[in-house]
Amino acid sequence: MKLSKSIENALSSAVRVLPEEVEKAIRKADKCETSRLGRVVLDNIVKNIDVSKETLLPLCQDTGMFWALVSIGKSARLNLALLESEIIAGCRAASKNAFYRKSVVKDPLFDRENTNTNLPVIINYELVEGSDISIKLLLKGFGSENCSSVRMLNPTQGEDDVIAAVCDIVSKAGGKPCPPIFLGVGIGGTMDKAALLSKKALLRSGSNSDKRYRELEEKIKDAVNRLNIGPGGLGGDNTCLGVAIESFPTHIAGLPVAVTVNCHAERRAEVVVLGGYDGQA
Amino acid sequence: MVRLNLPYSEDELLRVKAGDEVFIYGTLYVGRDQVHKRLYEAIAKGEKLPIELNGNGIYYMGPSPKVDGFALGAAGPTTSARMDPFSPTLLKHGLRVMVGKGPRSSEVLAAIKEYKGLYLQAFGGCGALYSSCIKKSEVVSYPELGPEALLRLEVEAMPCVCIADSNGNVLS
Repeated sequence: MKLSKSIENALSSAVRVLPEEVEKAIRKADKCETSRLGRVVLDNIVKNIDVSKETLLPLCQDTGMFWALVSIGKSARLNLALLESEIIAGCRAASKNAFYRKSVVKDPLFDRENTNTNLPVIINYELVEGSDISIKLLLKGFGSENCSSVRMLNPTQGEDDVIAAVCDIVSKAGGKPCPPIFLGVGIGGTMDKAALLSKKALLRSGSNSDKRYRELEEKIKDAVNRLNIGPGGLGGDNTCLGVAIESFPTHIAGLPVAVTVNCHAERRAEVVVLGGYDGQA
Repeated sequence: MVRLNLPYSEDELLRVKAGDEVFIYGTLYVGRDQVHKRLYEAIAKGEKLPIELNGNGIYYMGPSPKVDGFALGAAGPTTSARMDPFSPTLLKHGLRVMVGKGPRSSEVLAAIKEYKGLYLQAFGGCGALYSSCIKKSEVVSYPELGPEALLRLEVEAMPCVCIADSNGNVLS
């Protein structure tokens, strides 16, 4: 199958069907929520998941902006220009054929004319060990993206200050990002690196390999869930269903902390190309 | 659980209380950012509005493309706060029911109390579910706005929660 077709197929599914662990977390929250209205919201979110699976209706009318992380194995076969054009073609086709809303405008400030394709795709590349290429995509909705933020903490601040900064960002967001939310947290690097890490964290599958950060993820989740924002912002135990942290070395003078807020519909897709991609079959 | 038929009868509207789980039936207009700006400007200029506000409700929504077998694509609520600058004026000119998601400004809450309106919260991120509640959709005005055009819907058992009621009670 052509790479663009594999990407189109993955995106056509991602807009309607949540990753298994996301759906599982939502169903679990629905069973244990103690607030009356919180449960009403979660019941409806579960119904929505079922309707979307059984029909061709997207989970949410905001089908998001495409954000891609392409991890290229250092010994992978590679024609980068062809790889990029396949990614773009896959996103373009999914937008057209899988009932995506056209939500991207050409100029952010002046005229804001719709591109009518959901393009461009925001593509980030990184080199990794190995010989495969992994293309991970987020469908990033903007109700939640508008609540994302970066804080530049002082280097003498610690874990509790990081937790407080995340809680402050989530508090300010309140019911706006469609809670229960998922949080990607980037710690370290520069301002932009921390922001990138916060998106990369959302795309992570499996648990954090660093014990200290794994524990911090739980602490942040618990602290956020004590805020009583609740499902739909109507109060309750389930404000946040998951936190993922990515970290990076930083400067002696700083401690950047970036938070990407994602709604309960955490839609993502992944396509792996074994051995790399040079356009040859 | 409370049933609200639109266009509403006065009694029915006054009966809905903050905290109630509400199911909407009947005619519901759809307008978001640009529609609000245009209605607001039309009122300021004294022009005739493309819809009758009296007796009606507005749903803040911009659907994804139509899917076969449904009146629209995904059709969940968008953030209400962006309509806050315009809502008090619309309430003053007869609008009584607003459906969206998230909190409202103190000005909007005061206007809801003054004009005995209702603010209902639909469930964010539930676009497929809401599409299945919409039986009919037609463009009433501003077709050039695409997914932001002013629509008239026929809805059945559309679920939401009352956040602010006509007595000035607000769910907090």
